[in-house]
Amino acid sequence: MSDASLLEVRGLKKYFPIEEGLLRRVVGHVRAVDQVSLSIGKGRTLGLVGESGSGKTTLGRCVLRAIDLTAGEILFHHDGATTDLAQLSRRGMREFRKHLQMIFQDPYSSLDPRKTIFDIVSEPLRIHRIAKGRELEDRVRTALELVGLDVRYMKRFPHAFSGGQRQRIGIARALSINPQLIVCDEAVSALDVSVQAQILNLLNDLQEEFNLTYLFIAHDLSVVEHVSDDVAVMYVGKLVEQAPTQALFARPRHPYTEALLSAIPRPDPDQPLPETGGIEGELPDPANPPSGCYFHPRCPYAEAICREAEPPLVQVAPQHTAACHFAEELELNGLEN
Amino acid sequence: MSDVVLEVKDLHTYFELEEGTLKAVNGVSFSIRKNRTLGVVGESGCGKSVTAQSIMRITPKKNSKISGQILLHRASGAVDLARLDEDGDEMRDLRGREIAMIFQEPMTAFSPVHTVGNQIMEALFVHGERDKSAARKRVIALLDEVGIPAPERRIDEYSFQLSGGMRQRSMIAMAIVLNPRLLIADEPTTALDVTIQSQILRLMKRLQRDNGMAIMFITHDLGVIATMADDVAVMYLGKIVEYGAARQIFKDPKHPYTKGLIRSIPKFGATDGAHLATIEGTVPVPLDPPDACPFANRCGEFIAGKCDVRMPAAVTVAPGHSVSCVLYE
Repeated sequence: MSDASLLEVRGLKKYFPIEEGLLRRVVGHVRAVDQVSLSIGKGRTLGLVGESGSGKTTLGRCVLRAIDLTAGEILFHHDGATTDLAQLSRRGMREFRKHLQMIFQDPYSSLDPRKTIFDIVSEPLRIHRIAKGRELEDRVRTALELVGLDVRYMKRFPHAFSGGQRQRIGIARALSINPQLIVCDEAVSALDVSVQAQILNLLNDLQEEFNLTYLFIAHDLSVVEHVSDDVAVMYVGKLVEQAPTQALFARPRHPYTEALLSAIPRPDPDQPLPETGGIEGELPDPANPPSGCYFHPRCPYAEAICREAEPPLVQVAPQHTAACHFAEELELNGLEN
Repeated sequence: MSDVVLEVKDLHTYFELEEGTLKAVNGVSFSIRKNRTLGVVGESGCGKSVTAQSIMRITPKKNSKISGQILLHRASGAVDLARLDEDGDEMRDLRGREIAMIFQEPMTAFSPVHTVGNQIMEALFVHGERDKSAARKRVIALLDEVGIPAPERRIDEYSFQLSGGMRQRSMIAMAIVLNPRLLIADEPTTALDVTIQSQILRLMKRLQRDNGMAIMFITHDLGVIATMADDVAVMYLGKIVEYGAARQIFKDPKHPYTKGLIRSIPKFGATDGAHLATIEGTVPVPLDPPDACPFANRCGEFIAGKCDVRMPAAVTVAPGHSVSCVLYE
């Protein structure tokens, strides 16, 4: 996998200090992202799922160096060279950021209401001094056409656009400087179903055309299944399972993945959620996680060892890893059954 | 049909704005029976939340106008909520006792300066309870019933001390404390994670089985509707465009909008990278809408001279299944 990969994250950690008292003494740490390693092949989509508080957004931000990480490597393979983003200075990162872009969840707060569409979409090009004057305008025009927006609206302000159109503007902004990797953080969650489908199709078309690589962070598993080649599942800052999409949905190897899949309400009255069973409890406090496997208090298969020892992430099938003491033995249910 | 709890007939809720009349709800009729769940589904701006707010009579007093009938059937006869004074004693008494509502964002439903327990007990006191310790016992039992661990401790906590799921459970407890016959749930699980959502949906089903309340469940999520609803009303731009049993709507949708909605959700196991079906365009704003099919300008089966000249009548295509579309007239 790694020879064709664009991005490789190794042992990424992001700890937030917990401060207390007048002197802001550090009394502990929230391990928002803890020893996460993953890689994304060029032109592929890695879906990153987990409940709120699992650390998926923090991981996405660390990859872009929008926040500083505590430890780890973020290897970016481009033009035959490998760059560790974690080692770059702020200035170096600013230069490098043209290869990495982000699409945000909320199309209302992610666009500056006082700027025209032209200003918004041209901003990355101006910051990186890639184009100006006539060429700048042409590039913005091209980007807007790519995402299906009428170029006549270039001088308008964001408030004149619907949620779906705003999301297209955000995508045009990300695309304008031909990035390699786009981090999509809940990019379609705020949209209506019919509009969501339009945006998913657009992302798919753009990926095919430009060989884009996506880190697709989302909580909606049906959307993730649709767009992703591979899926990584996070729980309280740790990666608990990673596999090619079909393998993960057909036969999950971690009980948490099974629980997530079984909780999805299906749009079919003949497959209602079971009235009993299902996963109980809530995500533990990441500042004070349980012993052993973090999932053991909610896990229906937990045994003594799960309370005592943290399970390592091990390979259970080709390209399929899981962090569960019983990953090999358990016959977990996927979606086919 | 003696078990009909609520009957809405030709409801219109208009907002007078500077730009014109916003017809948020534009001629909606349905009924909800005891022990049954009516799912109301539609995209943002379709009028599903305003329909609920109209029934509760909590639309903004300043510029909203309600017409039509909202009949609440009781043993003593029917009362038309549309004719009641929204601030009057009768409406106040009906809220909570007969009809209760839960919302998407439980953080804003609770006051941050009172404990959760006091706010739930308040409902009991307002509606006639005198005995403080009896009220407290009742609320502790209720918190236990909705699945809140250590209820005798949680009752004295504030809403910000609870997780999203626990807050939603507390709001459900507050809604059902007076045993209402109708519970209106407006996107109650939209802000929750999928595992917590399934816990809350299960809880609502159990409560309905135990006390037989009617539920009006509003959501944009077709998966949640399929799990919860007995009957489904599909709303678009202030109108119900299709109505039927959940199986009819999901297995045999008739209206081009319903078909489009169902096709546009990603299906598990579909071919990798396949294109999703979409509905072109976006939901328009119902400002002074023409008297025609609201979906006409986005519809793939649009017929000029028919769809854009008048509103199609609701046609019954099967027992209990009706659709408003010229294709079926």
